[in-house]
Amino acid sequence: MRLQFVVSEVVSGLRRNTTMVVAVVLVTFVSLTFVGSAALLQAQIGKLKDDWYDLVEVSVFLCPTSSLAPTCAAGEATDEQIEALQAVIGTELSGEVQQVYVESKEDAFADFEERYPDGYQGTQLTAEDMQASLRLKLADPGQYGVVSDVLSGRAGVEVVEDQRAIFDPLFLALNRATLLSAGLAAVMLLAAVLLITTTIRLSAVSRRKETEIMRLVGASNLFVQLPFLLEGALAAVAGSVLASGGLWLAVRFLVTDWLEQSVSWVAYVSEADVLAIAPLLMVVAVGLAAIASFFTLNRYTRI
Amino acid sequence: MIRFQNVSKVYARGARPALDDVSVDVERGEFVFLVGASGSGKSTFLSLVLREQRPSRGHVYVAGRDVANLSAWRVPSLRRQLGVVFQDFRLLQNKTVYENVAFALQVIGKPRHVIRDTVPEVLEMVGLNGKEKRMPTELSGGEQQRAAIARAIVNRPQILLADEPTGNLDPTTSLGIMRLLDRINRTGTTVVMATHDDEIVNEMRRRVVELRTGEIVRDEARGVYGERERILPDVGRSPVLDAPGSGTRVVPARLVPQPERRLLPDRQPLADRQPLERRPAGPAFGEA
Repeated sequence: MRLQFVVSEVVSGLRRNTTMVVAVVLVTFVSLTFVGSAALLQAQIGKLKDDWYDLVEVSVFLCPTSSLAPTCAAGEATDEQIEALQAVIGTELSGEVQQVYVESKEDAFADFEERYPDGYQGTQLTAEDMQASLRLKLADPGQYGVVSDVLSGRAGVEVVEDQRAIFDPLFLALNRATLLSAGLAAVMLLAAVLLITTTIRLSAVSRRKETEIMRLVGASNLFVQLPFLLEGALAAVAGSVLASGGLWLAVRFLVTDWLEQSVSWVAYVSEADVLAIAPLLMVVAVGLAAIASFFTLNRYTRI
Repeated sequence: MIRFQNVSKVYARGARPALDDVSVDVERGEFVFLVGASGSGKSTFLSLVLREQRPSRGHVYVAGRDVANLSAWRVPSLRRQLGVVFQDFRLLQNKTVYENVAFALQVIGKPRHVIRDTVPEVLEMVGLNGKEKRMPTELSGGEQQRAAIARAIVNRPQILLADEPTGNLDPTTSLGIMRLLDRINRTGTTVVMATHDDEIVNEMRRRVVELRTGEIVRDEARGVYGERERILPDVGRSPVLDAPGSGTRVVPARLVPQPERRLLPDRQPLADRQPLERRPAGPAFGEA
């Protein structure tokens, strides 16, 4: 009886307030789309980091023949210096460094030729123009600082470089996009809360007679307020479902069907990621409705 | 059943109290008329019983509970022991008579079979059988008030509060409503009725509590309404009733002198006469 009654009250409330309910659905839809976009951007950043940080290494560039670095005053790095460096890596950095790969000038030239078979900007280079380096694969890419501290300034080392720095501008851009998206989401969420508040208030006013009778015959607070709570929550959840659907379509057509086909070497967010954040969006939606109800119901349907 | 102990109610700081140090006891099964001019505190009295307001000072006990200190979540259980009837009926216009009465049970979570059994029984008792499917707009004023009374008593409350239940009705219809309230009272329900209807009060000869500017000025066991000039000084002798929100209002039916009009053929108080329908007094009407 209770359930049936509450359901029928909710349905009649939704029907009576159709335009407002549609407005709530749309506003939560848009705001949660921004929330979801921010989450997806962060997921994308995570994927890129996972993917690329595995590939990138710390390069310890060894002194070439002519270098202005003080550690290279003695000229090109000698085999002894390289062995000494490897020994240091093997002892002091045994925990941080997973793998050491020595890239000789010849190796570097081979790589270079592969990349630029016709020479670089018209100049023909030889192996002598290349720079030898030690490529270190770190157990934890975050430990770059320790490795750099230990190796920088040693004889034969010109410079220690973290290749991750290459990606910093990209991640910065993605993070800023996340911030923008989150900022817009915050504004839209505020609008959604205000709109849900207004909707519940309208609904409460239009059913004032009912709630007054309910209070007088001794209906419990929860019973009086539940239909309003559910109306707000239902509209918000509908918005979140739309947002999840919208994001799913966006990822499907923009990322999976287009980006992934055109730029295939990058790991992208997938529809599965959208499904993973969908429950989160729903929780946010219910949270919005709860906040709005909290501020409204005590005022308009008080016992 | 209802006990006011030195109760005062001040709505706004510095304003004249709506109730001023009122002490009164209403026993179980009593029928009490609350009379007084508009603003004398009748409505405040009823809203304190209902715990729509809390007293500024003093204690209000209703059905054994200290209403002033009742926590909010216990208010519904208090109200389930009270029934309320208003001058303007307050029926839900989009529901049928049956649905209006059933609503009172639905919202307190009564099972469907209880509703199915109780509602027709109550509608029959108030004389609305056959009109279950009518909408309130399809009923006369008296019938609407009967539906409102049915809604108020369907949960078998211990106390029935009536705020000018005959205020919108013509004399004949009012008589019918009073007969109904009397019958409900005879089943053991305590009835407190705020009214301006002097003829009804004079005919019924029940306990009369008169309020004036928030104080009890009279409490008679078998009272009469008293002189209009004194109770309603602004209105005077002319039979004029006030309506909520509109100050005073002329009721055309009362302007016609009706010297022979009586509620009952003799001057005996209603309570001393044959009951309108002989029913043994019991704890609740449905069990008779």
